[in-house]
Amino acid sequence: MSGTTVKSPILAGMRDSIPFIFVAGPFGLLFGVLATEAGLHLVETMVFTVSTFAGAAQFTAVTLLQAHTPTLIVLLSALAVNLRVAMYSASLTPYLGGAPFWQRACAAYLMVDQSYALSIAKFEAEPEMTVPQRVRYFFGTNCLIAPVWVLSTLAGAILGARVPQSWAIDFALPITFLAMIAPMLRSPAHVAAAFVGCSVSLLAAGLPYNLGLIVAGAAGMMTGAQVELILTRRGYQV
Amino acid sequence: MTEDFTNQQLWTVIVGLALGSYCLRFLFIGLVGNRAMPEWLLRHLRYTAVAILPALVTPLVVWPQATGGQPDPARIGAALVTFLVGLLTKNVLAAIAAGAASLYVFLALV
Repeated sequence: MSGTTVKSPILAGMRDSIPFIFVAGPFGLLFGVLATEAGLHLVETMVFTVSTFAGAAQFTAVTLLQAHTPTLIVLLSALAVNLRVAMYSASLTPYLGGAPFWQRACAAYLMVDQSYALSIAKFEAEPEMTVPQRVRYFFGTNCLIAPVWVLSTLAGAILGARVPQSWAIDFALPITFLAMIAPMLRSPAHVAAAFVGCSVSLLAAGLPYNLGLIVAGAAGMMTGAQVELILTRRGYQV
Repeated sequence: MTEDFTNQQLWTVIVGLALGSYCLRFLFIGLVGNRAMPEWLLRHLRYTAVAILPALVTPLVVWPQATGGQPDPARIGAALVTFLVGLLTKNVLAAIAAGAASLYVFLALV
């Protein structure tokens, strides 16, 4: 990343987040359409999207609501899908933990896949950044994505079911995440973690309440940590 | 429009999910703050992104909802193109463009 050429961390964050407009946009549109098809009114869809601010969890909740699922199971499943943001929060804590409380409280609300992925990549690549610079970069990554997410949900809710299936916007999410993952695989430990995450996610797909994702993520993290330990003991720099 | 759920159930889910999601996000960054975390925990956290994101994506690639969960050669092909271009170029935008272009080409061919 050539982030050092941009002086303002906020602008750098905004610039780096531009590709994710093409994720947040279709993803929000899709949620607006799906929620409307499920019978949510415009106000319900928008309150849901602004208050929860977690696309994958919202998709899970709406899908399960339509399938006559008990309220408690809907909540548990959607929160299980969202357990990864707790890991994101933990993962960014060494970098942002020194910021004032109110900034951390705001950052918590904005902890999403895109802002996490961009920030952790930046903070790892540029360890000399100060805490205020990191905070500004983190908020910068949300300056475009958050409004795009909310407005595209609104557009989707208004459009309703009129988005043609042939656009295949369901695949915007996998493509963008795959594009993000590939450059992160910079050591054997990272490759092993990703490989185990992939494999276990398929093997554990049958687990109830989407727990397969949590199991696969935990297995991948443990694999990465173990491989790092083994390589470090043998004298490799990880 | 047929209602599959009550208004009360919907609002319980919305409020519960909003509060629950925020608590999950606040857990570490808000409460732990600048206190030191043990090395073993940090070592695991380094692999959060490379473990969770592939685990989130893989089932969506293999069993896409748009095809009713049936494996779809066009989507699997587009996923491979995206990943390979990402690996070779280290450029996220190039990988997304290649992935989207290949998806539409494969969808038109298959």
